[in-house]
Amino acid sequence: MIPQPTLVSGPLAKLSRRQWLVASGSLVLAGVSYRRYALAASKRATLADHVGPGHLTFFDPVESTFIDAAIARLIPADELGPGALGAGVTLFIDHQLAGPFGHATDWYMSGPWSDGTEQQGYQQRRTPAEVYRAAIPAIDAHSQKSSGKSFAALAAGQQDDLLHALEQDKLHLGDAVSGKTFFALLWQNTQEGFFADPIYLGNRNFAGWKLIGYPGPRYNYDGAIRHYGEAFPLPTVGLMGRDPSRQSAGPL
Amino acid sequence: MPAVDVVLVGFGWTAAIMAQELTEAGLNVLALERGEFRETVPDFATTQIQDELRYAVRRALFERPARETLTFRNSIEQTALPMRHLGSFLPAAGVGGAGVHWNGQTWRFLPDDFVIRSHTIARYGKNFIPDDMTIQDWGITYAELEPYYDRFEYLCGVSGQAGNIGGKIQPGGNPFEGPRQRAYPLHPLERSFMTEKFQTAATDAGFQPFPCPAANTSEAYENPLGVKMGKCTFCGYCEWFACGNYSKASPQTTILPVLLVKKNFSYRTECDVTRVNLDASGKRATGVTYIDASGKQFEQPAELVVLCAFAQHNVHLLLLSGIGKPYDPKAGTGVTGRNYAYQITSSVDVFQDDIVNPYMGAGALGQAIDEFNGDNFDHGPHGFIGGGYIALWNTGGRPIDQQTQVPEGTPKWGGEWKRARAENYLSAMSIATHGSVMSYRQSYLDLDPTYRDIYGNALLRMTFDFHTNEHKMSDFLTDKSALIAQAMKPRSIKKNYRKGRYSIVPYQTTHNTGGAAMGLDRNTSVVNRYLQSWDVPNVFVLGSSVFPQNHGYNPTGTVGALAFWAAHAIRSEYIKSPGPLVQT
Repeated sequence: MIPQPTLVSGPLAKLSRRQWLVASGSLVLAGVSYRRYALAASKRATLADHVGPGHLTFFDPVESTFIDAAIARLIPADELGPGALGAGVTLFIDHQLAGPFGHATDWYMSGPWSDGTEQQGYQQRRTPAEVYRAAIPAIDAHSQKSSGKSFAALAAGQQDDLLHALEQDKLHLGDAVSGKTFFALLWQNTQEGFFADPIYLGNRNFAGWKLIGYPGPRYNYDGAIRHYGEAFPLPTVGLMGRDPSRQSAGPL
Repeated sequence: MPAVDVVLVGFGWTAAIMAQELTEAGLNVLALERGEFRETVPDFATTQIQDELRYAVRRALFERPARETLTFRNSIEQTALPMRHLGSFLPAAGVGGAGVHWNGQTWRFLPDDFVIRSHTIARYGKNFIPDDMTIQDWGITYAELEPYYDRFEYLCGVSGQAGNIGGKIQPGGNPFEGPRQRAYPLHPLERSFMTEKFQTAATDAGFQPFPCPAANTSEAYENPLGVKMGKCTFCGYCEWFACGNYSKASPQTTILPVLLVKKNFSYRTECDVTRVNLDASGKRATGVTYIDASGKQFEQPAELVVLCAFAQHNVHLLLLSGIGKPYDPKAGTGVTGRNYAYQITSSVDVFQDDIVNPYMGAGALGQAIDEFNGDNFDHGPHGFIGGGYIALWNTGGRPIDQQTQVPEGTPKWGGEWKRARAENYLSAMSIATHGSVMSYRQSYLDLDPTYRDIYGNALLRMTFDFHTNEHKMSDFLTDKSALIAQAMKPRSIKKNYRKGRYSIVPYQTTHNTGGAAMGLDRNTSVVNRYLQSWDVPNVFVLGSSVFPQNHGYNPTGTVGALAFWAAHAIRSEYIKSPGPLVQT
């Protein structure tokens, strides 16, 4: 039986979940215990209260500047409402990369390694966290070389061109990392952060859900389902309730 | 370990059914499950289960490739590489198996499906079957299986409208279905706006739509075991989630409350079975070897071994244990791993202006047509074998990876994409096709020569691709779906044909089949018509691994029926006289 997480106080309170697992010597069990750990949303919030929202746990300032700029192009702020940047997606991606997703905890990562075909899927040695770590400086270096500025300092149109080049595999970042792989991850993670429950720190103030009209996870539409053609009348709700100030919870 | 009468490998749907049946017969039954124990309370509580990122995107209820995966290639001349993370299909881990995260789409295969080879030859001639297509009859008929379909549907409390009771066509049901002995236990689920739109459009297009059979309860239900379920509230979190409302049939909501209290039943979780052990003759199983969560290895003796793991895992275990001659695609000999198949899906997106609230839904809330399934239509002019249903499923409206449709020509990201998402989330719909995949000489499972699992065992290797027959069939279904889509008088539609080679990357369906085919001829099947190994008669193999090819419906109804069918054979024949139930 894996012990349930308990409230962490003292020196451990400042650590991210992953660090906490390392500190408690249970990292090897992370794959097994992750689900159990995550089951109790209230426990998650308790731990998060001590870690505090707004903490970058993975990106350094150069990396987070890059991410801020890139996601602001992928889902821009406009008259419809906040974009990915305003929705807190940088923090979302940061925490995802610091955790089991970033470290490919659940993935089969044994060799031998070979590129394979498109149909055979992901065959890179690097974890998602390592892809981000390698790609960002490589893209910035390319940008510096071609226009004398970092990616974040480029004009919006130039940023879009660079992102398209990555997406279409037209920009070679060297042997270390594939730009196309990085773009696919970044775009996937950006959408996740924009539309996932705010407990994961993105979708701030339900920005993503309000944009599209999703009222959040609700348990009972018996009756409502008969109201053909009508918008659902109740306000947006998340797993932690309706109050936006309660949403910025777990370091997961 | 102390010996048991029966050891079950896995503890999902088929194991729960088998355990219930064999404990009723007085046998001492043990289930060994690789995943964790899970129960509606507390594990599936609605206060946390409706979490798209954790469950749908990060795949919390499924197997972890780090522990167990397979290698994949499209064709024999390629080198197979590991499936490093889940994608195309999602095998479950944990008590309840895929019965926890499924949608509840509970179909019966058509009578013709069970005799596909002889039926095709009789109607179209032998030359209609391509040389490399290895389809075969099941060795069981629909009529034989009907009582067991009925048992599974009543166990689950399926909501639906019968189309054929005792040969009499019923208004509003599927007129193409095989005759059933009685109505579904529950009336169909309430229709949502989008399924109502499909109903109208399909009727206008000249088809005969009907409510999809759903193991989501339209009313409170008490099943024949006395287990009670509550009415579904359309929360829209069935697919890839567990139900916190006792409304989706699963082992937990239909069998476990009765089974788990039995003195002659026990289970152990986080136990990976790595071998079926055979005696020196190789013709009798002595039990299984398993490894527990701490890495300790145990031998579990048993009189009877029943493989109830996910489709590929049953085949993997047979290959690792040396049960049945491994299939050799070059020589065309051997049986274990032969006739692996899958399904082929496509869709047509419909863009219109009415609010249809996609997030109010249930896993099997849908309307379908069956005009183009199985051999319900004349294949002669089309030059392909097989078919599928066309349905509008109102499964849910998950915003990250489900309700994401944007019109043709929308950029993949940026401001225009954002606007398109905002404009279409509440009103877009998708019509899905769900098509059969035939078995082929070159589609098979064997052991990988290079890659190993965490215990050092060879990974399973999957060699599979879509063939011309399947692409033709799927394109045909897609075009028929577009007729219904157009009848909805939409702003626009978008046809998503299934193009190119099979890819392990995008999710398509978890309806993997074959590798341990059932049949009447031991040269082309691993198990006989009672799902008993030809070579090792005290081993039975359940689940979709016994399908000789894959037909046009979701497999769980047939998987459940076959489990009852095999359990009946064991109870009525095998226990009295252990040995082969079919003589050769």
